[in-house]
Amino acid sequence: MAYSNKVVDHYESPRNVGSLDEKDKNVGTSIVGAPACGDVMKLQIKVNKDGVIEDAKFKTFGCGTAIASSSLVTEILKGKTLEEASKVKNTDIAEELELPPVKIHCSVLAEEAVKAAIADYKSKKEA
Amino acid sequence: MTDNKIIYLDYQATTPTDPRVVEKMIPYFYEKFGNPHSRNHAVGWQAEEAVEESRKHIAKLINASSKDIIFTSGATEANNLALKGVMEFYGKQGKNHLIISSIEHKCVLSAAYNLEEKGFELIVLPVENNGAVNLEKLKNAIKPNTALVSIMAVNNEIGTIQPIKEIGAICRSNGVFFHTDAAQAVGKIPIDVEECNIDLMSISAHKMYGPMGIGALYVRRKPKVRVLAQIHGGGQERGLRSGTLPTPLCVGFGEAARLCLLEMSEESQRIANLSQRFRDGINKALPKVYLNGDGERRLPSNLNMSFAGVEGESLLMGLNKYIAVSSGSACTSASLESSYVLKAIGLEDELAHTSIRFGIGRFTTSQDIDVALEKIIATVQRLRAMSPIWEMMENGVDLKSIKWAEH
Repeated sequence: MAYSNKVVDHYESPRNVGSLDEKDKNVGTSIVGAPACGDVMKLQIKVNKDGVIEDAKFKTFGCGTAIASSSLVTEILKGKTLEEASKVKNTDIAEELELPPVKIHCSVLAEEAVKAAIADYKSKKEA
Repeated sequence: MTDNKIIYLDYQATTPTDPRVVEKMIPYFYEKFGNPHSRNHAVGWQAEEAVEESRKHIAKLINASSKDIIFTSGATEANNLALKGVMEFYGKQGKNHLIISSIEHKCVLSAAYNLEEKGFELIVLPVENNGAVNLEKLKNAIKPNTALVSIMAVNNEIGTIQPIKEIGAICRSNGVFFHTDAAQAVGKIPIDVEECNIDLMSISAHKMYGPMGIGALYVRRKPKVRVLAQIHGGGQERGLRSGTLPTPLCVGFGEAARLCLLEMSEESQRIANLSQRFRDGINKALPKVYLNGDGERRLPSNLNMSFAGVEGESLLMGLNKYIAVSSGSACTSASLESSYVLKAIGLEDELAHTSIRFGIGRFTTSQDIDVALEKIIATVQRLRAMSPIWEMMENGVDLKSIKWAEH
């Protein structure tokens, strides 16, 4: 299967790989997917007092496209408000990375990861 | 060994045609182009002679008579002919039951399911965790109406060698025919159709340094196995497989067989050494890498390994520039499903997704192995550093304790 240049670029030089402190109240963490399906994404966002995402990190177990989707999504998230971030759509990722139909699920997973990380952050704040 | 500097480690998918084989084939395209079935002139006789000479080499490799070799287009056709041809003949006599294993090649599985749809009775035997058929389960599966047992000699994905001698003995003593798909075995390990009581056997030329597009079905004549032809026409190949024989391909197949027999012991020792070098290199550098299949009863040229925490497709993507390897069989590698063979040997889904098959062969050098090791180790380490699964394993998290949202 041929990958788009953008997927190859993110796979070879992934942006924002790593972890943030899960216990930090300003960090929202999500883990989506399942090892049995061959895709697991961990996404973390750090939100400042103005409600803006100032940092995002990921770790992904999955195909090159899953890695690229999560790498791209960390780039998209940085500098966005939570309101803006919640509007990130899988189609944005799929279009940017020129994903073929069999790989759309990777972008769907990335969108899920964003929503779940925001939800985690909010639930921590409310607690 | 390839021009573009990509190290080829996918010898189970196909092997390069040996240059000595190609050389033998060339005259039969132009100078000696005759139709081997032309009985009226010398041009035809010359081709026929070459075809029969090749048939002898193939027969000799498996200790058969050359009259028992039926040329086909490859192992897929041979497997189809064996299963459908035998079942359709003996089904009419009430013997309508077929036994296969769950890790057969897709073409055996598909042919068997096709027969089942047509009303034949099918049993698919499970295999043990090493990929071998359990002989007791096989014995228990045989019924009075069983016509045929089809168990592959060596599995294409995990390299496990089946106990074909024992299987052959069980089949013979129960009056059941034994077919083996030996595409991955012939030319690599000694296979003796007499010693193993094999009644039918499929062979592929391009898996043994011969050309693509030709294979054979061995069909025993004593005691006679009846097979219904699936391709009808001029009645070539004892009426079992009509169609003009492709002389150059037959010649190449024969020469490949001759070379395999001549060089087998030396070659298998050399490949075993390379295989050990590869295994040692991986194990020294990387923890939590598992060899799938049987540790001992396997072809050393086939190393199917799971790299915990690293998804196979992403590993392939990192290696593609340097090494040609596969995540399983070439027939299924386009699909995103994890391998049915790895599932059948009880590998958990998460490990099945981390598996790569490395195939070593005639033209692999120790330098190839060393370069491949370097690339594999670096890529696995890089991907593990960005794997949440690996992070959890490192932190001692039991992956089974997590409630995953399967999608």
